[in-house]
Amino acid sequence: MKLKKKIPLIDQHNKSGFWGGKFGGNFIPETLKKPIEDLTELFEKLRHDKKFLKERDYYFKNYVGSPTSFNKLQNLSDHLGGAQIYAKMVSEANGGAHKIYNATVHCLIAKKAGKKYVVGDTGAGYAGKMLSMAAKKFGLKCKIFMGAKDIKRQKPNVDAMKKSGAEVVPVYSGSQTLVDAVSECMRYWVSNCDSTHMCVGSTVGPNIFVKICGWSTAQISRELKIQIRSEFKKIPKKIKLINCVGGGSSAYGFWSEFIDYDKKQIELIGVEAGGPKNSKLHAAPLTNGAKLGILHGAAAYVCQNDEGQINDTASISAGLDYPGVSPIHCFLKDTKRARYTSATDEGALNAYKLVTKLEKINPSLEPSHAFAEAIKIAPKLSKDTIIIVNSCGDAKKDRDILKERLGKIN
Amino acid sequence: MSSINLAFKKAKTEKRPALLTYTVAGDNTKKKSLEILKSIAKYADICEIGFPHNTPIADGGQIQSSSYRALKNGIKIKDVFSIVKDFKKLKQSKPVILMGYYNMIYQYGDNNFINICKKVGVDGLIVVDLPYPENKEFSKKCKKKGISFIQLVSPTTSPSRMKRIIKDSHDMVYYISMLSTTGGKLKVSPKKILERYSKIKNLNKNKNIVIGFGITEKTIASLRKADGLVVGSALCKEISNSIKKRQNPVTNVTNIVLKLRNKIA
Repeated sequence: MKLKKKIPLIDQHNKSGFWGGKFGGNFIPETLKKPIEDLTELFEKLRHDKKFLKERDYYFKNYVGSPTSFNKLQNLSDHLGGAQIYAKMVSEANGGAHKIYNATVHCLIAKKAGKKYVVGDTGAGYAGKMLSMAAKKFGLKCKIFMGAKDIKRQKPNVDAMKKSGAEVVPVYSGSQTLVDAVSECMRYWVSNCDSTHMCVGSTVGPNIFVKICGWSTAQISRELKIQIRSEFKKIPKKIKLINCVGGGSSAYGFWSEFIDYDKKQIELIGVEAGGPKNSKLHAAPLTNGAKLGILHGAAAYVCQNDEGQINDTASISAGLDYPGVSPIHCFLKDTKRARYTSATDEGALNAYKLVTKLEKINPSLEPSHAFAEAIKIAPKLSKDTIIIVNSCGDAKKDRDILKERLGKIN
Repeated sequence: MSSINLAFKKAKTEKRPALLTYTVAGDNTKKKSLEILKSIAKYADICEIGFPHNTPIADGGQIQSSSYRALKNGIKIKDVFSIVKDFKKLKQSKPVILMGYYNMIYQYGDNNFINICKKVGVDGLIVVDLPYPENKEFSKKCKKKGISFIQLVSPTTSPSRMKRIIKDSHDMVYYISMLSTTGGKLKVSPKKILERYSKIKNLNKNKNIVIGFGITEKTIASLRKADGLVVGSALCKEISNSIKKRQNPVTNVTNIVLKLRNKIA
């Protein structure tokens, strides 16, 4: 299994849609074959259409708010006394997280496809919030599927979705989290694929959804590359790009421009949700060597039992609380281009505490997992090592959890 | 002739469509689900048996409830096989079609799964999320062992794709009546469904085409022109209701199957 150079990773799949010959594909009910084929054709056309690219860039700049800033975390670097730590503040994007890129592109596609309705899944609520915002912006009716447990724990984002006029459909099946929301959203699409466009909220699902999402979030690393060059004059010799991984959409977007670099120069580190300390439940299929399985239309490493039943997962971070992961990250793991590890709930909370004490940023619980890894490794690294963390979400949505766990909020 | 083909032939000589039932193995217990099968087999021509998965992306509420109930009661793949085996001991000629999601087969190993299916007497397999042409390899492996792999076609299947699927299909093809998960309310007129059905049938008159999704006591008679009709969610719903009312699901489900059979007699 090998990565190719100079070809975007999202395009490095075979004819059947598999990356590395085994990750991804299209394990879907017959009814969805045609809508997915149509979407694939339309997307291939649009991504080579200059007018469409112009439109995308226009909305990325004027609606999403690109570029998001790239800042040094001087106090944190000084405090840890090792590597120089920077943050890419993707949380500055409209709505407060990277999910706006995928949502905007999906709504643009839905318009081109002549669809009037758009549906999506959400875990932390950011994918849903952004889709509902973009839908409103582009005049589409929006329905969001969200696990009942997540509705409770991410209320600020639920309020935002409703404010944008979206219908939020609570999902009560299974563990009542993201995995069930994605299933229910797919079921809805099976029944309404003639009138409705579906947006999968991360780089997961049938092949085309992985591609559209990755194509959208790739904006993050296009900006970052320019920002690194302007900060350091050239690409430094030792960089570590640290990103949290649930489905893996922000990590792919953060890394895509840097995959061709040697890993000795630019190391890619993905941080999964290790769940509560001393608990066997986690949402870290890559870190813990989960077996290859099929979930939501794609083959990828999945937390599951011997029989192929999908495991319950647990994480303080709703956005990472998912038993599967993008086929693209499985490919990056098996080709050893990226390294994956996990942080516990407590690790993420401690990282949140330290980062918000020293710096004027407010990362949500998802990127707090990435900060936990940065904090762990920075002191052991040389002063000329550059760590960049993707601060891909804002902690406003975590208000209630932070209050409960830390007693106060910033 | 395969027992699936024989079942259709028999129904045809009786000038009626074959009645196919779907129940979930282990719903609500291993023992009860076997009793239900044995009892409804008196009126059903072919028994579809679901092997429950906890992330069923194409099933509606009724079948989801049945699946979760079976899983909660600890049903494992080996139990599903043993249910089939015990059922076949008594009803050797009654065709059994196993239906489920690919991940469970994949974890078991394709060959291993098919071999055990053969051993316990499974006649056909439906894998909901393994569409054509991705299922070509798997379908060939089934055929080699004398198991029918059942292709699904839907209202969204294009004519050219339909031709290819029918060409590569085995004894039976499953037409999904409408854009829906299982158990949806029939939202397309029976006339329209039968029109599409005829188009598929005309591609190859030798294939047995069954219609499923949205078929209940109310709608079944209107579709009796088809080779076969599948009723699943209505039966799963009856099991749920029986449990709620503390009644015997075996009697209640059997009564429904008898009524369905009478409507198409």
